[in-house]
Amino acid sequence: MSDHAQHLQQLAAQQWLIPFFPLVAAAIQSLLPRSARRLSATLTILAMGMSCLLAARAFWATLPVGEQHDEVARAFFNFTWFRFGTTALEFGFILDPLTAGMALMVAFVGFWIFVNATGYMAEDENFTRFFCFLSLFAASMLGLVVANNLLLLFMCWELVGLCSYLLIGFWYFKPSAAAAMKKAFITTRVGDIGFFIGILMLYQHTGTLTLYNAEGTGALQQAGSLGQLAGWWGLSLAGTIALMLFIGAMGKSAQFPLHVWLPDAMEGPTPVSALIHAATMVAAGVFMVGRMFALFTANAGDWVMDFVMWIGCITALFSATIAVAQFDIKRVLAYSTCSQLGFMMMALGAGGLVAGQFHLLTHAFFKALLFLGSGCVIIGTHHEQDMRRMGGLRKYMPITFWCYLVGMLALAGVPPFAGFFSKDEILVATYHHNKLAWVLATAAAFLTAFYMTRQMFMVFGGTWRGGQHDAHGNETTGHDEHHGHAHHEPHEVSWNMWLPLVVLSVFAVFMGWLGTPWLAGNLFHHYLAPEMPAPEHANIVVVLSVVVGAAGILLGWLIYGRRPMQHAAEPDPLAGTLGGLFTVLNRKWYVDELYEATIVRATQALGTLFRAVDKLVVDGILHAIAWIWWGVSQLFRWIGDELIINGGFDAGCESVRGGGRLLARLQNGRVQTYLRVMALGAVVLVAIYFFR
Amino acid sequence: MNAPILSLITFAPFVGALVVLALPKEADRAIKWVALVSSLISSVLAVIALAQFDPAGGLQFVERVRWIPALNVDYHLGVDGLSMGMVLLTALITPLALLAHWKLIEGVKLFFVLFLFLQVGMFGVFTALNFFHWFIFWEIGLIPMFFLIRIWGAEERHYASLKFFLYTLAGSLGMLLAFAFIYLATENFDFVALQQQAASGELRRALGVLVTDIERVTGSEWDVGTLLNVMFWATFLGFAIKVPIWPFHTWLPDAHTQAPTGGSMVLAAILLKMGVYGFLRIVLPIFPDQVVANLTPLLLLAVASVVLGAFAALAQNDFKRLVAYSSVNHMGYAMLGIFAAVAFAPDVKDVVNEKAAALNGAILQMFNHGISSAALFFLVGVVYERTHTRQLDEYGGLRKVLPIYAGVLGISMFSSLGLPGLNGFVGEFLVFKGAFPVVPWAAMLSLIGLVVTAVFLLQMMQKVCFGPLNPRWAELPDMTGRELFIGAVLMLFMFGIGIYPQPMLALSNDAALWLIGMFEQRPDAVLTMVP
Amino acid sequence: MTLTLGHYLGMSAILFAIGLAGALTRRNAINVLMSIEIMFNAGILNLIAAWHFRYFESLTPQLFAVFAVTIAAAESALGLALVIAVYRHYRSVNVEEMTALRG
Repeated sequence: MSDHAQHLQQLAAQQWLIPFFPLVAAAIQSLLPRSARRLSATLTILAMGMSCLLAARAFWATLPVGEQHDEVARAFFNFTWFRFGTTALEFGFILDPLTAGMALMVAFVGFWIFVNATGYMAEDENFTRFFCFLSLFAASMLGLVVANNLLLLFMCWELVGLCSYLLIGFWYFKPSAAAAMKKAFITTRVGDIGFFIGILMLYQHTGTLTLYNAEGTGALQQAGSLGQLAGWWGLSLAGTIALMLFIGAMGKSAQFPLHVWLPDAMEGPTPVSALIHAATMVAAGVFMVGRMFALFTANAGDWVMDFVMWIGCITALFSATIAVAQFDIKRVLAYSTCSQLGFMMMALGAGGLVAGQFHLLTHAFFKALLFLGSGCVIIGTHHEQDMRRMGGLRKYMPITFWCYLVGMLALAGVPPFAGFFSKDEILVATYHHNKLAWVLATAAAFLTAFYMTRQMFMVFGGTWRGGQHDAHGNETTGHDEHHGHAHHEPHEVSWNMWLPLVVLSVFAVFMGWLGTPWLAGNLFHHYLAPEMPAPEHANIVVVLSVVVGAAGILLGWLIYGRRPMQHAAEPDPLAGTLGGLFTVLNRKWYVDELYEATIVRATQALGTLFRAVDKLVVDGILHAIAWIWWGVSQLFRWIGDELIINGGFDAGCESVRGGGRLLARLQNGRVQTYLRVMALGAVVLVAIYFFR
Repeated sequence: MNAPILSLITFAPFVGALVVLALPKEADRAIKWVALVSSLISSVLAVIALAQFDPAGGLQFVERVRWIPALNVDYHLGVDGLSMGMVLLTALITPLALLAHWKLIEGVKLFFVLFLFLQVGMFGVFTALNFFHWFIFWEIGLIPMFFLIRIWGAEERHYASLKFFLYTLAGSLGMLLAFAFIYLATENFDFVALQQQAASGELRRALGVLVTDIERVTGSEWDVGTLLNVMFWATFLGFAIKVPIWPFHTWLPDAHTQAPTGGSMVLAAILLKMGVYGFLRIVLPIFPDQVVANLTPLLLLAVASVVLGAFAALAQNDFKRLVAYSSVNHMGYAMLGIFAAVAFAPDVKDVVNEKAAALNGAILQMFNHGISSAALFFLVGVVYERTHTRQLDEYGGLRKVLPIYAGVLGISMFSSLGLPGLNGFVGEFLVFKGAFPVVPWAAMLSLIGLVVTAVFLLQMMQKVCFGPLNPRWAELPDMTGRELFIGAVLMLFMFGIGIYPQPMLALSNDAALWLIGMFEQRPDAVLTMVP
Repeated sequence: MTLTLGHYLGMSAILFAIGLAGALTRRNAINVLMSIEIMFNAGILNLIAAWHFRYFESLTPQLFAVFAVTIAAAESALGLALVIAVYRHYRSVNVEEMTALRG
């Protein structure tokens, strides 16, 4: 074993430390009192910093060195969790480029989100609790990333779900938040059932859930042989398992039709949205598909890859259309996240593992930037989330504006910002795979540029339209506790809120260069998957990508920038053009309503049905049996006991009683009666004596 | 083993009950302390037994004394991996349940005496190895519980207690009759001997002799197979009601809803396990062929418990009733694991380990459910003491005034839901891991239950703790130190088993393998039985 | 005319009959008591007459008579006390109303 391999091995054995620090922080904070705000925030950020350093060390070690350019640097460390039967269930940690890159991103972005959160949550009474949940969230996500075992991955996956549940419902006293937290957990749980089936199948057929082990019998190392076995629905076994896992990823990464929870998750505090929608939770699905990619590609004849691609493609376009017609600043970003995740899934489905993961990383940076930026906007405008009541913020919040602009350009795919390169990679991969999907994805890219421009102009362009609440009715946005100062002018946020924006902006500008084919032949590709051939470049894709991006921005300027909104009550200019379609988009294609009318209603109906079955049928039968027994016993009582046994006995008793009652009449209590009887008796006795 | 440790464990609460009986009625504190201490003595002894317990050693701490020679009845106690966990669970939950009623005011003496008697019955069921006194303990469990519900219960306690008592009693009658037949044939009540006779086919032969005798005397035609089947279903019914398996479960929500907090805790945590334990100790070893032959309907019932129990819970508006239905659902998983472990599946690769996973999972699930359901019922009791309502609609936003309570409730709820990192997940994962390859259709159907379980538990959480605070509860005090202690002990186990389940699994693994081996070694008999 | 035993016995019989009639017919408890006293005295008169005409040399009958008188006195005292107690309870001395010992 070479020195380098040995070094990797050592680091792999220490991978557990990466999630460990935030976990310990969370454990400590769960016991801290509410007043320990400063300590709590310090702990969280310190722990995250430690994780970040460790992740950086691991990342550094996985960078290609020397000659080994065509082999992935991969090391792992397995240990026994528990034994059953004659085997054991192993857990393990892994260190390879996929993990290292992802862990570094999560830890780094998470770190800056935490810093921002100290400002965003400064006024909240449950500050300590919030940072406890954040730490746990980070620990779960990092655990997911470093897991070398599908079960461990799934456990962390569920814990991520738990934390998102807790954080989305952080303002639990709002009914909408209480509903959203439940919706998020249950929707992802539906997907998790698929994931769970996948795990069970994988475990059954490979006998292990460890992904890689030294003997070469890890689950992923057996993917090739699984690809030869027949599974369900015309897929190979590997394909079937992959499909099941992908259903889990659909839930977590908010892919159509399980995307409904994500926009509602905006009920949580904005740093949570940044964390969920950029760095962690939704990334988990894409990461997992990337991690299990060997199963997806085990059999080239399987339709599972096409399925992944089309789901991604549909999600990308579908969510982008919805984002066009939203007014809540965070909801636009939420649907944009859905759409971008669709892009990533599409890339993976088209075989572009590197493209998908690269977009995951770049997107994490600029989407975190955008969400934190929107958080700054919300704080700066005193908890306003409706873009119609913003405007002109460029003047009031210059730092936020510039950072936001960088994020927006990156998301819109404008060169040379990060999003351009990663999105371009995706489009190239799709172009080579399926032309129709590529056309649809390009359309989605156009919409992306358009709705981001729309948002920019509505939020930062024009003039300040806040303080018009009275004209517009009293919709409640934000949370109630901070409503006192809603009429003030917007202001720039404190340094601990804008500093993360600046840092993330730097990455949003430059990070894409790592994955450009023009710079050392795509560095990122060589890092992540040196064994895979890089997709051939296609100029038409690049040109078209730039053109649609520019067209989207231009159209956005034409509609929203040329003549900015003057008044919050003004209808959206697009609403006039699109008419009813705008309402449909604004109502998110009525998917929520559809689910409400079908699945939710059906579940409740089943619940009511089975409760009624218990009450009427099961208990009914029981009561019928009880009544029959009661009737039989009554019958026996009347015929047997009452008539014969009691009857005879009672007759005897009654006659004794009757006699007694008769005799008792003599004893009427009157002394003189007794005397009379006595006298009579004496007379009789005397008479007998004499006349005998 | 010199000291009769199992007898000591079983009868320490009995001695405690006698002492309490001797105390004057007004000495509340003394009564409570004596009860708690005698219950804790059992717990300490159980821990000592655990320390000396060898999982691979089969039946241990065996005590065998000739008791009624005329009936060939021995006083026979012993524990193995199947029962050790249950003994520990009883030793853990009963003192906590007593502690939950530390503030009881009315009828203190009777309450604590009944509780101690209940504990004797529960320990007895898990340690007895002879049907004769096992059945006595089994029925002893009923009587204190009947009075606990009837005297300290809620508004509909009369109906609930009667239903509970009659239903369970009626169920055990068939079992008694079946064992009467077995006794007539074998002149034996001993579980160990009966298991061996069943495994060797001796039981069936002896019953055949009995049947020919009956035929000669009565002149009617009997069939041994049918007789065994009837005996099996009669025994099944006795345990199925106790577990409870759908559709024999309707006594449970009523009994739980009406029972006092400690009664519910013990009822859910331990009395239900007596039913599942009955399957492990009696039904599977003594009627192996019948179980295999009837596996499809049995699995259907287990799946129905999982799915229908979850759906029925979804539609409940009574906090306690909802938790009660979650018990039906969770016991369904345990039954699924047990039935999967005996299914005949020769095609499955490495089938013994799959079955070991299922059976270990089922046993762990029993323990886990004991922990989480006890916690949930306790927490229902905590909030009921403060609000005097169980209607979910009337709560709302309690997290605002009861933050600690909300935290404990949340953890217990997630333990019940099967969240990784907490105990419930390990058991459920193992059950599904084993059941999925062996009986895929049953496992797939039960997965529906996993989602619905999440739905109803989260809905419960939302209605109790989240949303706007109902102003009626603005002044509620949070959990007291005593209440928090009970919650903390249970949470310790939730986290402990969830993070490191190996000790619990090591306890049951060898016994599980033994039980599975019994079925694996007799494929011929099994094959002839399968229609 | 010499008084014979028959006269005394006849006198005693008349007294007894008067007492008995009074005891049986009177409603007032005091009257009943007085009637009983009369019957008592009839008996004592019988005793004295029998002594005088048959056992003159013996002192025992006289002693019996004195004893009976004492008993009678005590009995009437007790009777009166009872009547007073009854009166306090019933506010009446009508024996017809005293039926508490009815069966």
